Formats: sequence, structure tokens, C-alpha cells
Amino acid sequence: MTTRFKGALPALTVLGPVFALLAAGIFFACQSDRFLSGQNFSLILQQVMVVGVIAIGQTLIILTAGIDLSCGMAMALGSVVATKFAVDYGLSPLLAVPCGMLACILIGYVNGVLVTAIRLPPFIVTLGTMNIAFAITQIYSQAQTVTGLPEAMTFFGNTFQIGSTSVTYGTVLMLALYLLTWLFLRETAPGRHVYAVGNNPEAARLTGIATGRVLVGVYMAAGLLYGIAAMLSVARMGVGDPQGGQTDNLDSITAVVLGGTSLFGGRGSIGGTLVGVLIVGVFRNGLTLMGVPSVYQILVTGVLVILAVATDQLTHKKG
Amino acid sequence: MNAPTSIVAATIFQARGLVKRYGGVTALDGTDFDLRAGEILAVIGDNGAGKSSLIKALSGAVVPDSGELRLDGEVVRFKSPIDARRHGIETVYQDLAVAPAMTIAENLFLGRELLRPGLLGKWLRIIDKKRMLEEASGHMRDLKIGIRSMKQAVGTLSGGQRQGVAVARSTAFARHVVILDEPTAALGVKEGNMVLELIRNVRDRGLPVILISHNMPHVFEIADRIHIQRLGKRVAVVDPKHISMSDTVAVMTGARDPADLPAEAKA
Repeated sequence: MTTRFKGALPALTVLGPVFALLAAGIFFACQSDRFLSGQNFSLILQQVMVVGVIAIGQTLIILTAGIDLSCGMAMALGSVVATKFAVDYGLSPLLAVPCGMLACILIGYVNGVLVTAIRLPPFIVTLGTMNIAFAITQIYSQAQTVTGLPEAMTFFGNTFQIGSTSVTYGTVLMLALYLLTWLFLRETAPGRHVYAVGNNPEAARLTGIATGRVLVGVYMAAGLLYGIAAMLSVARMGVGDPQGGQTDNLDSITAVVLGGTSLFGGRGSIGGTLVGVLIVGVFRNGLTLMGVPSVYQILVTGVLVILAVATDQLTHKKG
Repeated sequence: MNAPTSIVAATIFQARGLVKRYGGVTALDGTDFDLRAGEILAVIGDNGAGKSSLIKALSGAVVPDSGELRLDGEVVRFKSPIDARRHGIETVYQDLAVAPAMTIAENLFLGRELLRPGLLGKWLRIIDKKRMLEEASGHMRDLKIGIRSMKQAVGTLSGGQRQGVAVARSTAFARHVVILDEPTAALGVKEGNMVLELIRNVRDRGLPVILISHNMPHVFEIADRIHIQRLGKRVAVVDPKHISMSDTVAVMTGARDPADLPAEAKA
């Protein structure tokens, strides 16, 4: 591989996703006159807000060279806990919602401790906790959807008007979380330590970074984000759904990888993940507008994921 | 050395009777060690001589079973490399321990980031990127390492330049001692010479250097004294200006009794 080619590839991992998103946008704008409208963009954001927030947590974990398969099940558990606490026990949403989030943080904590203290591979740990969270969710809810929620719990599903476009509060929350995480990762010492731990854990340890604490912190922060995603899901569906989140683990990993974050850890950005989330959302939306069966969206996503991972592999394996 | 009364620089870092056993294997068998102010001290030894165990004990990576370390005359005990670092002893590991995807400035300050003044730094732990970039270029300039942009990822640098970053990081924070483990091992001739120059620059800034190396020509080119480790003990400290390379290797391998060395060869 020539040096010039090598130098060009990192730019590809950063700009590639943006180009893919723009190209998809232009393509669908040409195909359907309903695509380019504020209302449609708002709809796309609303459709991706749950997986979008989960993907933030997934990004943090993948940056540490980990992976989280339990995120969707953690979210389902969080939404069932919060809604059942509110509906069955009559707890105020102000208490029930934090309880649901706590359930998610607890799963993150267990993941983090197993990964750091016993040094089990994140893939296996989260495969285990994924099943555990799923089972607990089913047992606790008796596989019944929780309905009759207090109005406050669906607040983030409400909309407000910007001109003629109605915007969901939840999408604003999602974008705010991306901005916060972006600032955290770029501007703070703990944020840089997340990268260092993923890039070279031994170097991070030798320079005095408490790598175990960073990892447990990342898994817990991801848990909190799944808790927030759980509340967005409850708000969007209007129910506590024990069957929810079943594809969110792979969907979020897809978004992270499409956004150019390396599965080897230490390289990538949260902005890329937002782009990755939007790519999936735009394809789904655009193909639906064109009247193309949704299976083609899955096909396209699959091709894009392989392209993204191949670029990552070629760029960084030798570095 | 014409007079025995000539002033010998003070001993900065000293070890007496270090013992380290791994199961049935004795890696350190009561070894001594002395590092003087302002010198480059090379540590050489055959495989299994206890060279790396000695360095690990000095840098805190290994806790000796018995023996004593003194830094500036004070007895010190290191439980970890981080402990040793707190005492002003910085080690550059052979594999360099850098984060290749991160910038030079970030690597220099990894784990010791400069924070913004006031609450932004104290509460939100926001890093001061501008100051980190400025101070990083200052350190690199002091050591005459010619790299223009501190925003470059370390992974894009050559082996010698990476070594430069690792050395700059250690000298930026070392108050007492810099330990370099095989700094020229993986480098070509030109880059190796660049790193030797770098080591001299470190010494000239007043920091004593412990240099572990297999490369005899390099050792003889820059060391002020050579500590020879054999069978878990220090068998001699020699002056490279008054001993040949072949005699030194003979002592190191046990082919020659250090007691037979001429007086001026010892240091």
C-alpha cells in the first residue's frame, strides 16, 4: 500500500459516511418530492430517536474496544420497570422513571465489572446479560404490555411547532445528548481517557489512568443512556413494551460502524454515529416513500456496513 | 582521573542488596546499583542476568523481596510504576506505551492532562488544548526533536520520532531519573543516532539517564559509566573510556574475572 493511499483512507472513514448520507439524500430528493420537507426530516429524526440514543452508549463502549449486545434488552427492562412502577404501584413518574433508569445502569455496572474485574470478553459478558435482562423483563411483566400510563411519561413523544413543522421533544433530547457527548469526548480529560483506554490499554495504565474505573464508568454511562432511550421508547409507543429493543443491539452497532468508529477501539467520533443513525433512517424513509419493500433497506444497510468495516480494517490494521 | 580526591558527583539513586525470586528462579541475587547526578549509566547483561528485573525494581514494575532503594538519600518503596513516577522517576518502555491514534500533545500529557483554569477545569475537567499544544512544542524543541505539528497522530510518525515523543513525555515530568529500556532496538542507523543525540540532550538538561541496551556500540558511544549485571548481581561498573568493548563483553559473559580488570577501567 502506498503512503498516499494510506494517508487518504483516514479521511475516508471521516468523510465517507457524510458523503453516503448526502448522496442518499440527493438520490431520494430526486425520486420523491415528499422527501425534501421539514415535516419529513422531523419524521426521520423521530423514527431514529430511540436507536439514536442507544447508539451513543454503544459508541462509548466500542471506543473502548468493547461491544454491547445487552443494550436493547436493558432498554426493554428499563421501560417495563418504569411503567410498571408507575401503573401498578402508583409511583409518581418522577420516581418511576429514575427507577427504570437505575435498572439500566445496574446492567451496565454488571457488564463493566465483569469486563474489568474478571476480564471476560465484552461480547460474551453482554451476550449473557442480554439474555438475563430479557428473561427478567418477561418474568416481571409476564410478557404483558404495560398500558394506561400517566401522561407525564409520554411527554417526550409530544411535539411543538417550528413554522409548519411539528418537532418531537424526544428528538431534541436526542440531539442534545449527542452534543453533550461530543463535548465530553473532545474537551474533557475523562473523555480523552475513553479513547486512550481503547487505543492502548497498557499505555493508558502505565500513564496512571485508572483504566478499570474508566471502563466501568463507560458501561454505566451507556446504561444511563439506555435508560433515557427506554423513556423515549415509552413516550413514542405510549406503552411499556416487554418485546421492545430486540434488534436495537445490532441496529446500534450498525450505526456506530457506519459512522466510521473502529471496532478495534480508540478511533471514531460521536458525530459519525449520528450520521450513521441518519443514514439508516434516511434509507428506510426514502425507500418507503418510493414504495420499495423494506427488505431492500436491510440489503443496502448490510452493504454499507461491510464497506465501513472494510475501510476501517484497511486503514488501521497495520497502524 | 589523576587524583583519587577528585570530586565524584553525588549518588542520586541507589539500590542495596535487591533480591527477587520467581518460584525457584532467583532473578536478583542481592544486587547493588548506583546512579550519579548528571550521568548516562548504561546497564548491560546477558539474557537471564537479571537486567530487566533490576530495571523493573527501579521503575516500580516489580516489588523486590528484600533490599533497599534510596532516592536522594531517602529510603523509598515503590508499589507500582505510578508510585515511582510520583517520586520523579519516569520510564520509557521498549514498546513505548503510546496511544497511536492520539496526537503528540495528547500523548505527552496522557493521564496528566492540563486542565482549564477555574471551575471549567476543576469541575468539568475540561482540558486546556492550547496550553498542551504550546507546552508540547516547547518540550519537543528543548530536546531538538524536529516535529512541526503537535496535532499529528503518533501513529503517523517514524519509529525514531515515536521514541522522541516517549522520551519527551518522560523528561517533561521526570524530576529525578529517566529510565530508557532498549530505546534504539527497533531503529535503523540514522534514527538510532537521532535517539542517541536525544539521550545526550536529556542528560545535558541535568537529568541522569539509566540506559538499558544490547547495542554495545551505542552503549560505548554515549554512556558515562557501564553497570555490568551477571547472575543476578552487579559484577562491575566500568568506564567506557578506559576499557575495550571486547573486555566489557568478556566480563558480562563471565569469560573474564572483573577483579583482573585494570584499576582505571573501573568506575
